[in-house]
Amino acid sequence: MRQDILTDDSLTFAEKIISVRADGGERAQHPGDITVIPADLAMAQDSTGPLAIKVFGEMGIPKVWDASKIHLVIDHSFPAPDEKVANLHHLIRVFVKKHGVRLVEGSISHQHLLENHVVPGMVLLGADSHTCQGGAVGAFATGIGSSEMAAVWASGKLWVKVPESIKVNLTGQFKKGVFARDIVSHFIATVGEDGGNYRSIEWKGPGVKDLSIASRACISNNSMECGCKLSIFEVDPSTQEYFRSVNRKPMYEIHAGVKASYKDEYDIDVGRLGPEVAEPGNVDKVRGVEEVEGTPIDEAFIGSSTNGRYEDLAVTAKILKGHKVRSGTRCVITPASKGVFEQAIKNGLAEIFLQSGAVFTNATCGACVGTHLGVLGENEVCISSSPRNYIGRMGAITSKIYLSSPATAAASAIEGKIADPRRYL
Amino acid sequence: MTTPSILKGRAWVWPDDVNTDIIIPFRFKARTNDPVEMAKYAMYGFDPEFYKKVKAGDLFVGGKNFGGGSSREQAPVAIKYSNVAAVIAESFARIFYRNCFAIGLPALEVPGITKGVKQFDEIEVDLQDWSVRTPDGSVHRALKVPEFLRGLMREGGLVEYYKRHHNFPWETLETKAAAR
Repeated sequence: MRQDILTDDSLTFAEKIISVRADGGERAQHPGDITVIPADLAMAQDSTGPLAIKVFGEMGIPKVWDASKIHLVIDHSFPAPDEKVANLHHLIRVFVKKHGVRLVEGSISHQHLLENHVVPGMVLLGADSHTCQGGAVGAFATGIGSSEMAAVWASGKLWVKVPESIKVNLTGQFKKGVFARDIVSHFIATVGEDGGNYRSIEWKGPGVKDLSIASRACISNNSMECGCKLSIFEVDPSTQEYFRSVNRKPMYEIHAGVKASYKDEYDIDVGRLGPEVAEPGNVDKVRGVEEVEGTPIDEAFIGSSTNGRYEDLAVTAKILKGHKVRSGTRCVITPASKGVFEQAIKNGLAEIFLQSGAVFTNATCGACVGTHLGVLGENEVCISSSPRNYIGRMGAITSKIYLSSPATAAASAIEGKIADPRRYL
Repeated sequence: MTTPSILKGRAWVWPDDVNTDIIIPFRFKARTNDPVEMAKYAMYGFDPEFYKKVKAGDLFVGGKNFGGGSSREQAPVAIKYSNVAAVIAESFARIFYRNCFAIGLPALEVPGITKGVKQFDEIEVDLQDWSVRTPDGSVHRALKVPEFLRGLMREGGLVEYYKRHHNFPWETLETKAAAR
């Protein structure tokens, strides 16, 4: 039965994976169908975990369903910047000890899970919206809230609705100064802030093979900004090579059927994209860098689960090498994981950052969520490789955030104003 | 505690794309686990003094994509503990919508609702009928929601539901699906 589903030509990725993984799944193959799926991994972090712990306690449940599958990640404010955060971190550590679940500190959850645990075909539920990053390697990965996470801790299961799917066909090759982030920014501008709401996005086409796993992770992660439930790159030779290299085995390699039906289809010629910048307030207000070039900035932030991977830091170093961060401008560089941090030190990137006058921090969400390590004051302006530019996201509600690739943010740090990265590459 | 089926109150009308960073900024919600404290920062991105202005029984009328962005359940919690009785919107972002049911905050998706309601209009929500009555007397039906979710909302959310039934509402759904 399950094999029939895997080879069914008419099903999208989402329809297949839910049907394959659900109990009684063969009855849940159409958008709108509701079923229940088991979690292979349940993740909560330090700003959603404490509330889940509280709810779990209030439900009066004595034991978690499977301690080995539950991960609590202290990443958003790590290490604790103040006493109030420290107290909530303590609550997490007490829960971890009591229930024997896994504790991770000092790597951003999504990057940590990608480096260590996510495999194709897995069901990953995370109390964090950017959990959809796991779709980069063909996992069913999606974000939920704290109370539902408490229910997953109790039962190992959750209800899901089969989503409609959107197909994006990528063609063409990157021009200089253009990166995965520019693809996903362009896509969000095309569909709008809610264009992917309740939907599963499938990234397809000949352009996919040129994208590294890290670049796919950037796109799957940032797809959340149009509201999607899933953002999927199917397993291909690059994915297989990646899992061989890290010695982890896929659960299922799921491919959408050739006759699957999509709510919408989009074509993106990567070769026609330039560096893209989202203007403050909404993630879909995207302009070419030329249109906003010259806007003075107080801070450039390079990091976050969207763009804090090694390839992001490498291009940042390439641009900053031999340059100084403009006087009066802060440049904060924050890796997404301990692994990325170590690699950046080993390969000499850290030295380039420090010589340029940038601040190179430990791995954390940090400035992206305005919690520490680069919070914005009143009326300050920042260009950031993080996912959101909403009111007050990084600090004062009068501050303003432009979003871009790490390259555009790094070039802007040098000039103290929004700058075109192509001049430095 | 179960929710009464008719809610009357004045409407706070919000624009499209009100995201959860506006509803409660990270730096406040990541520093408390107390819902009463969270309510002090409700709608902070638009008005840091909102908590002084909101009255018990008020209702929210949002535009499209209400509650987008972060998965933070503290957003609907801050609204609920501001004693806002229900959130109505043209459409909701996915995770926010699920969270509303999980914490027992009535959330009704009513396309076109913002055209019929002005700031501080008195409106009426019928949770039995799953509809909203606007000042001109017209009744707007909300988009249908599976019965197990409405039951969850009526019973006050997952904590109350679990305490009463010792299971989760979708566990019985699963049994039904298997029996079909």
